[in-house]
Amino acid sequence: MAKPTPAAKKSPKPAASVPAADAERTLHLSLLRSMLLQRRFEERCAEAYAIGRIGGFCHLYIGQEAVSTGTLSHLRPDDYMITTYRDHGQALARGLTPRSVMAELFGRIDGCAGGKGGSMHMFDKATGFLGGHGIVGGHLPIATGVGFAIKYRGGDQVICCFFGEAAVNNGAFHESLNMAALWKLPVIFIIENNRYGMGTSVERASAINDIYQRAGSYDMHRGVVDGQDVLAVRAAINEAVTRARTDQSPTLLEMRTYRFMGHSMSDAASGTYRSKAELDEYLKRDPIALLRAHMEERGTLSESVMQALDTELKAIVQDAWDFAEASPEPPLEALMENVYVDTTSDSGNTAGGWS
Amino acid sequence: MAIITYRDALNQALREEMQRDARVFLMGEEVGVYQGAYKVSKGLLQEFGEMRVVDTPITELGFAGVGVGAAMVGLRPVIEFMTWNFALLALDQVVNAAAKMLYMSGGQFNIPMVFRGPNGAALQLGAQHSQAWESWLAHIPGLKVVAPGTPYDAKGLLKAAIRDDNPVCVLEGEMLYNNKGEVPDGEYIVPLGVAELKRKGEHATIVTWGKQVLVAMAAADQLAKDGITIDVVDLRSIRPLDERAIVDSVRKTNRCVVLEEGWYFAGVGAQIADLVQRECFDDLDSPVIRVTQADAPMPYAKGLEKAAKADMPKTIAAVRRVLYLD
Repeated sequence: MAKPTPAAKKSPKPAASVPAADAERTLHLSLLRSMLLQRRFEERCAEAYAIGRIGGFCHLYIGQEAVSTGTLSHLRPDDYMITTYRDHGQALARGLTPRSVMAELFGRIDGCAGGKGGSMHMFDKATGFLGGHGIVGGHLPIATGVGFAIKYRGGDQVICCFFGEAAVNNGAFHESLNMAALWKLPVIFIIENNRYGMGTSVERASAINDIYQRAGSYDMHRGVVDGQDVLAVRAAINEAVTRARTDQSPTLLEMRTYRFMGHSMSDAASGTYRSKAELDEYLKRDPIALLRAHMEERGTLSESVMQALDTELKAIVQDAWDFAEASPEPPLEALMENVYVDTTSDSGNTAGGWS
Repeated sequence: MAIITYRDALNQALREEMQRDARVFLMGEEVGVYQGAYKVSKGLLQEFGEMRVVDTPITELGFAGVGVGAAMVGLRPVIEFMTWNFALLALDQVVNAAAKMLYMSGGQFNIPMVFRGPNGAALQLGAQHSQAWESWLAHIPGLKVVAPGTPYDAKGLLKAAIRDDNPVCVLEGEMLYNNKGEVPDGEYIVPLGVAELKRKGEHATIVTWGKQVLVAMAAADQLAKDGITIDVVDLRSIRPLDERAIVDSVRKTNRCVVLEEGWYFAGVGAQIADLVQRECFDDLDSPVIRVTQADAPMPYAKGLEKAAKADMPKTIAAVRRVLYLD
């Protein structure tokens, strides 16, 4: 019972009717908006880092936006997601406000984790955003546990778990896939294969290059997807989400993508472990440019609409910056808060209910 | 008041809490069909079914993380490690995930879960199966750590741990599971962070926890024959630490021995000695003396193992030293 999923198909060509065409245009515009927001937001992150507004480690997502947008645009509000330390773009794609994400990056009290998480640890309970996690592979068992809880409660939610291709070589990946397949849990494991774990290419780190095939060891549904094509990502996610909701079974999807920036702010975009020529090749497959070209080809996006969108998003990001800068730093009393809660199950939660 | 084993006391705690709250489930290696490697979970699979008593593959990192994820979205997992020695494979989940999630999420995600299993040495199990981990765990802000020494405390502390909204590590003892003691028939809990004066004396204080409570009590029995009476302070919880109970006792006896199962270097006893020198500096009539395992991996050979362990004769010798009797 091998279950490889073929590469997701491109979306069908001409729209059948006027309402369908309108719906398609609305969808494509929302996808474009989501990706472009991430792009414009992170361009300003790089600027903020350079002048010291953002400290610590900072990993930009630029180039990979089709993965977050294509995936998260398909989830319901009551679904869950969890990700790595490269989490700003996904936070925005999940619906966290640019203000709360930027304030977190600035280490301010209005950040989505009150300034205690920082770039690598975005959290938002309201949108089921279960965190950015800083240890490679460490959040895969947690995602599996969320899948277990969904099944335990008898719901039809799903959890999407994002991680880089380097994580497939550590034990947490294998332990998680084994349990998710063994117990049939509604977890969608999404490899963001941007080709490099820091500076080590997938070919230098993994004994097999088609890493989605690792799911075969666990008899798990799997597929490889063009991670620069947001519509292809959506199609693949649609299939995986349906499987998770109806059959409560997991899927491993390898999204082939590329990061246009260095691993972190201290890493040049090219020159050491990858060549300028390689980077230039991948820049031709910018996910935003691809969707834009697709829409222009179909006559659903004009230059003026694109310009207006860009202007609007830049203003939103400027507003986020201004908000973050105006937001106070956490008071020193916050240092010792949130180490423990002082409650028990008797404190208010109804025994037997779900929180 | 029934007399039951430590094992049955833990079993009662699990059963009662699972009956009380549908969010509580037990997960670990051999907890279900096998009825528990040490039979602590006997009968629970039959009563609660396989969704709530979950046998796992041998995958400590994996199932510890499954517990964290389930706790993040509202369940209350009890994760059993067959022994805490195996939990080292899971420490990323215990330390980086369970302990820190509340803090790094700015208070959004607390982790109401229990990690439990036997801790420390049994008999001749060698270097990798004979380790006491409380100093590692208690070092981590965000974790609570308890170590019951009696059936009464085992039941009461496990129930409190399951109800607590923070991650709690429960350190049991392989050599304790068969020990019997009085356990009330009705509902009770032992609050976390509250020590108990297990024996009252005048001449010296022994501060201890977990299975070493029995060693301390036996030492106190012996010393009583020479007219030396001992306060045995059973911490029960290592974190939060009941500092008041330690300080009150040492201010009374003016002499303090800390007895712990684990190694000397950076052990929990060092933390207690720090507390005592700060809070009881003018009360002390002798330096604090620590009784610990020898500073070496646990040997297999019977004679060497005995020499390595923090036992009753070493405890008696330490008490006599703080009393300047030897």
